[in-house]
Amino acid sequence: MGSEELEFVANLDNAMETKDINVWFGERQVLANVNLEFQTNTVTALIGPSGCGKSTFIRTLNRMHELIPSAKLAGRVMLDDEDIYAAHVDPVDIRLKVGMVFQKPNPFPSMSIGDNVLAGLKLAKRKVEDADFILEDSLRKAGLWDEVKDRLKTSAGSLSGGQQQRLCIARSLVLKPQVLLMDEPCSALDPGSTRRIEETIKELRESVTIVIVTHNMQQALRVSDYTAFFLSEEGHPGHVVEYGLTNDIFHEPKDQRTDDYVHGRFG
Amino acid sequence: MSKALSDTPTQPWKTVDPEFRKQQLITHLGTPVLALLFTVISPMAGFTGFCVTWFGFHVFAAALLAKYGKKPKSYANAFIEVFVGVTIFVFVAFVSTVLWPVISNGMAGVSHLNLLFQDAGKVGADASLDKGGFGHAIVGSALMIGLASLISVPIGILAALYVTEVRGKLTPFVRFFVQAMSGVPSIVAGLFIYSALIISGILQYSGFAGSLALSILMLPTVARTAEEILRLIPDDLRTAALALGGTQWRTVRMVVLPAAKSGLITSAILGIARVAGETAPLLLTAFGNNVLNVNPFSDSMAALPSYVFNQMLLGGDNDMARAWFATFVLLIAITILFTSARIVADRMKRN
Repeated sequence: MGSEELEFVANLDNAMETKDINVWFGERQVLANVNLEFQTNTVTALIGPSGCGKSTFIRTLNRMHELIPSAKLAGRVMLDDEDIYAAHVDPVDIRLKVGMVFQKPNPFPSMSIGDNVLAGLKLAKRKVEDADFILEDSLRKAGLWDEVKDRLKTSAGSLSGGQQQRLCIARSLVLKPQVLLMDEPCSALDPGSTRRIEETIKELRESVTIVIVTHNMQQALRVSDYTAFFLSEEGHPGHVVEYGLTNDIFHEPKDQRTDDYVHGRFG
Repeated sequence: MSKALSDTPTQPWKTVDPEFRKQQLITHLGTPVLALLFTVISPMAGFTGFCVTWFGFHVFAAALLAKYGKKPKSYANAFIEVFVGVTIFVFVAFVSTVLWPVISNGMAGVSHLNLLFQDAGKVGADASLDKGGFGHAIVGSALMIGLASLISVPIGILAALYVTEVRGKLTPFVRFFVQAMSGVPSIVAGLFIYSALIISGILQYSGFAGSLALSILMLPTVARTAEEILRLIPDDLRTAALALGGTQWRTVRMVVLPAAKSGLITSAILGIARVAGETAPLLLTAFGNNVLNVNPFSDSMAALPSYVFNQMLLGGDNDMARAWFATFVLLIAITILFTSARIVADRMKRN
């Protein structure tokens, strides 16, 4: 990725920003003081060893974290200059603006492919004005249209794992989110499907800000503009060791631990 | 190039060693004979005695055969196999001794179809089978069970939703009450409606009072089965729907309930099957009636089980024949219900 392009990106506004995010499960603190800025229309990769709190962090960004009964939180997540945890904010509105794709593809088994794509609109009780257009548009963006256009009425269970994951991406895109969170979206997929999803991510970057958790260094390098390295050292909650342009993190890391991790010397 | 041994597809693991087969045959034929002899010479008598001694002999023979017979290595396996097989056989034998009289005595009524459609209004005790019938009891059972389902299925499913989806503060209490209710003897349900609603004059003896008593018995069955079913719905689906900006209610309505649909139907059918044969709670609430009554809100109403009970009390040969046939009809209705519950549940598994 050329450096001019990155400078251009760097001039844009922040789509989302976290301020001193601390997270606990019961008494156990799992994240400490995470301050990250996600710039509009960029891809940010969150990397780090298992158990460092990446997935927990990403779930605080669309208020999915609070669904775990023992979850606690301190800090702020700013979206459109407003804290999404402010008392008057409805989590349902936040989840409409901040979409999410999960590790395991989770299409609704009782619905057809087409109904799955439109499910978000129906769940949000929004009017479906031009279903055909919406279907084609979001399935094209997710790179699935050509494979399913002749069988939109068949069950989503008949798709392969990779197709199901792209269906889930299309399902999130229908709601036109400002930010799309992806929690290890390719970890259950084969290399071919992974490649397709990475291409999809690169195309989506034009219209949506993406935050992606990944264990695959090469994937972070291929798809992201920025990278944050999370680490949970013994006895301490997870925190961000280093955050910057992906190229810098991988090729000129400032911290020795980052250097060790991206070169596979631990983790 | 070497010649293939054989081209015919076979299942060599299914060929049984003839020597082993012979030993098995001796056990299967020898033990019942031994058991029969034993029942003749010992105080163990009758069919039950035969079953118990045969069971003992067979298990013992299987153990011996497995230990010293052809395949000593798999003796534990063979022993358990025979143990389970014989237990099942004895179980089926006991159940058949219950089922057989119902079927054989009930068949006498099959040629008298008037029994299914007429009521017992103008039929005296011990009248011939050509006269009257228990159509009023069939209609009464259907009405009361239908009303009871209308009351308890929605409440039961809502209770299950509260426990699995809302997970509110009262969850342990709801669970506890459902569990406690499922242990309530059926007569207590009848007594409760009788004392709370009939003695106090709020209701008269009626089909509705009967269906209220039945609902008390149905509710825990429906709630517990529905809870188990909802638990089977993977959390992934709920998370996915919530992440798409669904409220909890819309998530439940659009994703959880459709996924659980056939399972919930099964829970309703199991609830119905639970109460279809109840007599005691109806005696105190619907009371029973000899004529057709299609209004569940006034006047007493008959049901199949209470009809059987009343006929048995009359005691004449023809009365008994009616009772057996009514039991037979009830048995078939319940079998159909359970089978359809099975089919619906299987369909759910396949999806």
